Amino acid sequence: MAFIPHTAADVEAMLGAIGVGSIEELFDEIPEKLRIGSLAGVPPALNEQQVGRLMSERARADGTLLNFIGAGAYEHHIPAAVWAITTRGEFYSAYTPYQAEASQGTLQLIYEFQSMMARLTGMHVANASLYDGASATAEACLMAVRANRKSRAARILVPSTLHPHYRRVALNTTHNQGLQFEELPYEAAGGVLSVARLARYAGTDVTALVIAQPNFFGCLEDVDALTDFAHAHNMLVIAVVNPTTLALLKPPGEWGQRGADIAVGEGQPLGVPLSSGGPYFGFMTARQEHVRQMPGRIVGRTLDVAGKSGFTLTLQAREQHIRRAKATSNICTNQGLLVTAATIYMALMGPQGLARVAAAAHARTRELVSALTRLPGVRSAFAGPHFHEAVLLLDRPVAPVLQGLAARGIAGGLDLAAFYPELGPALLVCATETKTQDDLERYRTCLGELMQAARAA
Amino acid sequence: MSNVPADLKYTKSHEWLRVLPDGSLEIGITDHAQHALGDLVFVEVPEAGRTLSAGEACAVVESVKAASDVYAPLAGQVSAGNPQLTAEPQLVNTDPYGAGWLMRLKPAAGALAGAELLSPAAYQEFVLAEGG
Amino acid sequence: MTHEPVIFEYSASGRGAQDQWPAAEEPAVLEDLPRELRRAQPPALPEVSELETVRHFTRLSQLNFSIDTHFYPLGSCTMKYNPKACNQYAMLPQFLARHPLAPESHGQGVLGCLFELQEMLKEVTGMQGVALSPMAGAHGEFAGVAMIRAYHRARGDLERNEIIVPEAAHGTNPATATMCGCVVREIPVDAQGDVDLEALRAAVGAQTAGIMLTNPSTLGVFERRIESVARIVHEAGGLLYYDGANLNAILGKVRPGDMGFDVIHMNLHKTFSTPHGGGGPGAGAVGVGTRLLPFLPVPLVGREGERYRWLTESDLPHSIGRLSAFMGNTGVLLRAYIYMRLLGREGMQRVGEFATLNANYLLRRLQHAGFDAAYPQRRASHEFIVTLKRQARELNVTAMDFAKRLLDYGFHAPTTYFPLLVPECLLIEPTETETREVLDAFVTAMSQIQQEAEQEPGRVTSAPHTMPVRRLDDVRAARQLDLTWKPKAPP
Repeated sequence: MAFIPHTAADVEAMLGAIGVGSIEELFDEIPEKLRIGSLAGVPPALNEQQVGRLMSERARADGTLLNFIGAGAYEHHIPAAVWAITTRGEFYSAYTPYQAEASQGTLQLIYEFQSMMARLTGMHVANASLYDGASATAEACLMAVRANRKSRAARILVPSTLHPHYRRVALNTTHNQGLQFEELPYEAAGGVLSVARLARYAGTDVTALVIAQPNFFGCLEDVDALTDFAHAHNMLVIAVVNPTTLALLKPPGEWGQRGADIAVGEGQPLGVPLSSGGPYFGFMTARQEHVRQMPGRIVGRTLDVAGKSGFTLTLQAREQHIRRAKATSNICTNQGLLVTAATIYMALMGPQGLARVAAAAHARTRELVSALTRLPGVRSAFAGPHFHEAVLLLDRPVAPVLQGLAARGIAGGLDLAAFYPELGPALLVCATETKTQDDLERYRTCLGELMQAARAA
Repeated sequence: MSNVPADLKYTKSHEWLRVLPDGSLEIGITDHAQHALGDLVFVEVPEAGRTLSAGEACAVVESVKAASDVYAPLAGQVSAGNPQLTAEPQLVNTDPYGAGWLMRLKPAAGALAGAELLSPAAYQEFVLAEGG
Repeated sequence: MTHEPVIFEYSASGRGAQDQWPAAEEPAVLEDLPRELRRAQPPALPEVSELETVRHFTRLSQLNFSIDTHFYPLGSCTMKYNPKACNQYAMLPQFLARHPLAPESHGQGVLGCLFELQEMLKEVTGMQGVALSPMAGAHGEFAGVAMIRAYHRARGDLERNEIIVPEAAHGTNPATATMCGCVVREIPVDAQGDVDLEALRAAVGAQTAGIMLTNPSTLGVFERRIESVARIVHEAGGLLYYDGANLNAILGKVRPGDMGFDVIHMNLHKTFSTPHGGGGPGAGAVGVGTRLLPFLPVPLVGREGERYRWLTESDLPHSIGRLSAFMGNTGVLLRAYIYMRLLGREGMQRVGEFATLNANYLLRRLQHAGFDAAYPQRRASHEFIVTLKRQARELNVTAMDFAKRLLDYGFHAPTTYFPLLVPECLLIEPTETETREVLDAFVTAMSQIQQEAEQEPGRVTSAPHTMPVRRLDDVRAARQLDLTWKPKAPP
């Protein structure tokens, strides 16, 4: 209980050494009336066997649905080695690597992670991660305000096709610092931004343009034209990307003439399980000239006093540095355990494996869309290329359909009614390399039966 | 006790000023300041042509411990930032009053006369009182 | 083992862990993607086999100190044992496989765990409402100060934008205040380590939004006049924020809600033993009194009869809003839940007691060994400060030197140079899960290092000697930035 090893003899000896008669005496500086008697509202202790049983029952009660939801969290095969190594006590129970000599394992791992993320996104530098993709996006906006010397406005253009939760988080995190966000509408036909419509911002002071690729609908933006437009008008470009897709899609560092300035996104697809929404990790990479404006931890390679190569946290003065005229951040952590998993995952998959995962996700999603749109009452929302996810329009409300699918053991996708009511009944679906032809067929059959029954009713 | 040359003027935010023959000003941070910061790892100086008001943050000096703003002692226009400091920020540590100068400034009319500057003796007293 | 190459150095073209890859698709599958949006070259990730990968990262792990391998008395970090059961049961396959947006009808198990966690945290902290979504301590701080601001704004009290912070506070406190658009006002602590009440009275007024405090404070001592502090701030119209970093000292003995705090954040990765993981993930759950209930960040778990569901902006229209893409670090929250169920009410009462016993014992033994406590007249809470300013002055051996030499003796160093108020300090927190023998061994090591400092100081000032690396050149690291691996240019 409470993993406290002391015996009665230990306690007696220790109290004797301190010179008090009881443990209660050690609390004598605390006013009597503040001390609580008991924690009656907390249930009594369970031993490990009892806890194991309780948790197993709850897990069994939830079961596992066949998953076709994406929307910012993606199901991928995670090799067994990833979490076998990540949960080793030397990684799992280590602290932030402030004493560098005792933390070379963690520090070198983060250096390798930074190297891989920079290469994956086509950028020059990476930090050691942030909380999640949404907060990384918020941090990127704050960073753009710091980094863009030519802009005084703290004004950010954000597509309405950026993940709805990311937009909320960016707003809630930064509004007390005077950042202003303007939402850009998408074209109804293609579900993407129009460069022509951005022309109205020419000649005005805009700090940064956020571009999501693929966007929340899974549609592919014209990233080159958007990037070049932004740069031509003194805006920095913030790319929000899915790391798996970067095995096949052009990375932010190669967008347009100059490349994006900052790239962020959700790292969960790289070896992190869905686990009801967290813990995940946000990644951030950037061009070299912005490195001093990057929030969060960064690991650097250096030499020790004997001339041997070693790793250490660096550029730490930025973390506490408060520039009064500019926006600030209070972040002082990274998602160490998840970064460990992601680094091992990327090493196991390599460029070929990751490309296969991306290609399979693209293929399975296309096959799913193709199969489902053959059903009456189901059609694609948008023309044009999409990757990894797609929006389907139904001829009836989505919520009861999803309920019916759930009753048949299928998580069919995300109902977009709350986020994009203008689409009418719309469903965001995703199929990754984890789905077999049998899985797709099962979805098609169940959906067909549900829609037919609803029509007959 | 840190080095405080007699031919310079000083500010309470630990900058020094030297009046150059052509009437422009050379500005840097004092020996006391560089010592407090420790080994500098990065220095950012303003671009030539930039207009500054008195007290405006115009440069950054960064060590492993801290990053500090440097403030313009008076209004004027930047004629040059020290280009050597990008590659060798440690010049501010080894030669704070010489090769470690940060920027040169053409003062605005009347700005030098009206500025709040300390004599070497007054600066030394100020540092002592601060607990340095 | 002294050197492990960077993984890119193992890379050989064509190598890979092929058993992990899905089957290749027909190239035609990608034809519908415009050429100009396709990547021209594959990303330059390392190409290594599965065994090479396993061996490399296993060897890296062996370069670390960790709770599982070493005594780790980092003050303010609460490095207690991370029970294996918490990991095993949080990682049951059904919990891992569940998508955050999956239907609530098929998530009553995990939602039940999270709801019960909310309730238990309310009980142990004496607060009226708890939200679990902030993903780290600093994130919880942000939520807390944002709620204070929202509260004043909702009452039309727009000029209240000042946050009072004691000078000993953790650096995130003023940074958080600034991030929320507030102005920071620092007040001093007295020689005994308590907040200076006179200075506080002078500092409060119509502009006061609130005060941020840790109790026990960062100096390792209990804020004895906390009730007076609360009264002064409340009478001036401000609110009290509790930084929960030191909750381990008082868990089961005192509750922040009873002390008068209006909002708190808890570090679940400290007090509730979720893993530190080499720097994260944490979880910074927030708790509030009645006044701030409407402002809690979403989502949080609600119960209607027998059913649990997520409460969102429509349920809490005055919420400060969503601060995370989904519901926060659910896997971490499950580990905290399992930990609290293992401890139960009896176990949680013992945590504060034995953390305090271990700290006071270690303090007394170090004092008997000749070391100077920063606040010798005070009881230690769950941690205490030893100052080595005498050693620095007389022997030219600093707290940093002691810390590095401790590594050679097989102990992770305590926290050094925090709080900034005490020169050459070591902030030492043993936690309740350590045995007396370990504490005694630590004292022996410190005594031996003291002897070395007197007789052979070079041994200490050039430590560590036995670690994979010696002291590292921080200045070079920041001047000559090497942040990503690059292949060596061919000769």
